[in-house]
Amino acid sequence: MRYWLSFFLVIIVGAIAVIGIAGFQGGKSRKPPIEIFPDMDRQPKIRPQTGSSFFSDGKASRVALLGTIARGSHYLDTPLVTGQLTGSTNFVDVMPLAITAKLLARGRERYQISCLPCHGALADGNGITKKYGMAVVANLHDKRIVTQTDGELFKTITHGKNLMGGYGANIAIEDRWAIIAHLRTLQLARLGILADVPLDRRAGLK
Amino acid sequence: MSDIFPRWTNKLPLRLLLGVLIVGSVATAGVTYYFTPKYTRVGYQPIQPVPFPHSVHADQLGLDCRYCHNGVEQSWYSNLPSANTCMNCHNQVLSADPRLALVRDSFQTGQPISWVQIHKTPDYVYFNHSVHVNRGVSCVHCHGPVDKMDEVYHAKSLSMSFCLDCHRDPASKIRPPEEVYNLNWVPPENFAKDKGAKFVHDWKVNASQNCSACHR
Repeated sequence: MRYWLSFFLVIIVGAIAVIGIAGFQGGKSRKPPIEIFPDMDRQPKIRPQTGSSFFSDGKASRVALLGTIARGSHYLDTPLVTGQLTGSTNFVDVMPLAITAKLLARGRERYQISCLPCHGALADGNGITKKYGMAVVANLHDKRIVTQTDGELFKTITHGKNLMGGYGANIAIEDRWAIIAHLRTLQLARLGILADVPLDRRAGLK
Repeated sequence: MSDIFPRWTNKLPLRLLLGVLIVGSVATAGVTYYFTPKYTRVGYQPIQPVPFPHSVHADQLGLDCRYCHNGVEQSWYSNLPSANTCMNCHNQVLSADPRLALVRDSFQTGQPISWVQIHKTPDYVYFNHSVHVNRGVSCVHCHGPVDKMDEVYHAKSLSMSFCLDCHRDPASKIRPPEEVYNLNWVPPENFAKDKGAKFVHDWKVNASQNCSACHR
């Protein structure tokens, strides 16, 4: 009997020791996961946004060299890409994309991702970041912005203006135009008068 | 013969068998519990070079995941933002805060911040973010409630069986595309049966269980 008792004691003490050291599933740990069977989990290949000792700057993802253009990216000096008439610095008045319901829906979605935090859902400059110290956010219903050409707005989105950073790296070219299309609907909605509303829809207005 | 084998040896085989059984089952239980990504990976919470709180940015401010992870819809990996993106706000908000010193340095020099990667599939697993988020699989399924995390930790096991649970029954996890980045979305009752199955059919969701779907 004594043997059994000590046998169980050893097992229980052992189990408690293992649990004490190893903890439970889901416990927080600062140490990287143990890879019990390493197999070929980590291969000497380069993954995006990781470090690499192969290059002197330590970056695995390479920055495009000056004067080169990544495959599949826009490179032509066209209104679509620059917002300016080809070969000039004059902004295009109207966007080079056809306005469709699809483009407007896309613009609304993209606006809400990238612009809404500061400019607000209504584009009146009352985004949530105002509470946190973004002091100067443009009200996009200001006359100076409403009267800007589409091309000039495109340039602002792409390269930024004053304290606003450029979004050229974050938002694709077509999406920037879609955002402008959505912004125009917001501006138009604010400037609208009763005469703009079709007769059969007026009853629904408050 | 009793001199060689004393009386207690009669019970020895039985005792040995019992002992081996008990030790064996305890060891099996231990291996089952500990030798799994549910233990080895879940809960990994490294100290990041900049203490970026997703809870403040995604939950409190309500930023869309794609404000920063802007390539996730086109790319197989979900990109980290460059310091450029941070500085869109932090050139004014907390613009002198010491916690953001590395971000400002990175913005000036172009040298990226050495974030510590938390979710790492093995190198022979080719997980594609874009096909998942574009077909109604939300961030929250694999990454947990990131928008509520002050410091990001590994929330799900991301083991092979974890992937297959969903690939065998995609309708149970799929959601409307406009709710993919809304981590707090709760499916209405019977959603999986009514709408989920329809999505899987209409969008031709091919949640392949072929080895080569993920392993190459």
